Amino acid sequence: MSQGSGTPVLTINGLRRAFGGLVAVNDLSFAVAQGEIMGLLGPNGSGKTTALNLISGVLRPDAGTIRLMGQNIAGLASYRIARLGLARTFQLVRVLDGMDCRENIKAGLAFQRPHLSAADAEVRIGALLDRVGLAGHDRRPAADLTYIDRKRLELARALAAKPRLLLLDEWLAGLNPSELAIGIDLIRSLRADGITIVLVEHVMSAVRALCDRCIVMSSGRKIAEGATADVLSDAAVVKAYLGGVAADA
Amino acid sequence: MTARVAGFGAAALTALALLALVPRLGNAYYLALAISLLQYTVLATAWGMFSGPTRYVSLATTAFFGVGAYTVAVLGEILPWPLVLLIAAALGAIVAGIVGLSTLRLSGVYFVIFTFGLTELIRQLVVWFEVNKSRVLGRYVFVDITQADIYWQLLALTAAVFLLGWLIARSRLGFALRVIGEDETVAKHCGINTTFAKVALFTISATVMTLVGAIMAPRWTYIEPSIAFNSMISFQVLIMALLGGAHRLWGPVLGAVPLTLLFELLSARFPNTFTIILGCIFLLIVYMLPRGVAGLLEKLSTTAGGKTRQRATA
Repeated sequence: MSQGSGTPVLTINGLRRAFGGLVAVNDLSFAVAQGEIMGLLGPNGSGKTTALNLISGVLRPDAGTIRLMGQNIAGLASYRIARLGLARTFQLVRVLDGMDCRENIKAGLAFQRPHLSAADAEVRIGALLDRVGLAGHDRRPAADLTYIDRKRLELARALAAKPRLLLLDEWLAGLNPSELAIGIDLIRSLRADGITIVLVEHVMSAVRALCDRCIVMSSGRKIAEGATADVLSDAAVVKAYLGGVAADA
Repeated sequence: MTARVAGFGAAALTALALLALVPRLGNAYYLALAISLLQYTVLATAWGMFSGPTRYVSLATTAFFGVGAYTVAVLGEILPWPLVLLIAAALGAIVAGIVGLSTLRLSGVYFVIFTFGLTELIRQLVVWFEVNKSRVLGRYVFVDITQADIYWQLLALTAAVFLLGWLIARSRLGFALRVIGEDETVAKHCGINTTFAKVALFTISATVMTLVGAIMAPRWTYIEPSIAFNSMISFQVLIMALLGGAHRLWGPVLGAVPLTLLFELLSARFPNTFTIILGCIFLLIVYMLPRGVAGLLEKLSTTAGGKTRQRATA
């Protein structure tokens, strides 16, 4: 919140990435303001995950700029982008199975600058476990956790870095209805902390409950952008989802 | 915790002092055996320092060992001994840095094959250089180093490796390597410069291996590429580290000691079928002890602990 309304946390301009002849992300532009939750929607294969991979440095863009707090991060190595304040979770949940919960979270904060003292790190780890609902599980091996607890742990690891921008790739997928409610509450509570979030999600109830604004992609292009309620009732969006073909609107 | 560390340190120093007395026994066979034991202990421990946490299986041990041995063959008679060791270590570090930067992007089986090929490449380069440039193949090593000197140097190196390994395991670099071994993609997104971390530890491990080769060289008196770059060393070290358990600093020594003794026995009694037996042993280890002796000990201690806990609650 201290950043004020000045520079958006994330500004993307003319982003493009092709795999051979397939243009997975085509001339994508959008901006995310401080404290906003932005939904990134679209049918399977529309380029959402590619977009997240470009932003987090897994892939290099062919063209375009990606600015995090005003700094161009397009083409930077993932670890550099991570140190600049970007954290993410993965479509298929990734926790460090050979480590306990405490160490999983430690991985998220140990390599950020400036380094925390060991005592401060322990305090932060405890607070994060508490925050995501894993209090008391410090020494539990990550491999023993249930599916939702693995998701919680992955989120705690991402939050450990105190990110300015958090990318959640289908974090709510695969949860049962009661878990979904817990998950939505958890993400909503992050907004209260002023964390800016880009959310790739198929669970529409979650999108409605959480996102301030949404972008819809189809075949690599942005086909709609705006307030969540408006976007979800947009004819082109409905056609893209139900018809599976991009509307030539 | 600090009391435990102090106690452990005292025990280690006592063991070191006792081991330093081995040459005083005056038995040449035992001394030779002790040198073999230390040689493989250091090599396997150094191998495990890098390959344990990262799970990158390296077959380049021979390459570094050979670089060390050959440095001594070339410079041993010209320069003072400490300087020779220093140059060998520096050469090993440089080769490891170059190899690391070019190969650690590879993963899985490609890395294994590359490191194996690398050993052969370096050997062929040395052969080419000796044949075409220096016009000798095979060199005599006449340096004033006794078997006891070799033993003491190896013992000092063993102590240094364990100390170094202990410090690294407690460091941020050591933790970074463990995260990389778990999931390299996650590691990158946690802000770990994975290339730097891997190359740094690969280089440290390789420098130690190079020093072993340099220290061992005077034992042969005659060195040629096929002796210095004997790829059996890579495989033996790999088997030892896996038998012991490469995920713990103290794991590889649990494999190095019994297997050195076994190899000693086998190569003396079955010189022709030695490699076949070696292969079978390797298969058995992978099937029976996937996490090595160290993993077995841990499992035993946790199940024993669990039983006592159950008894306490009952």
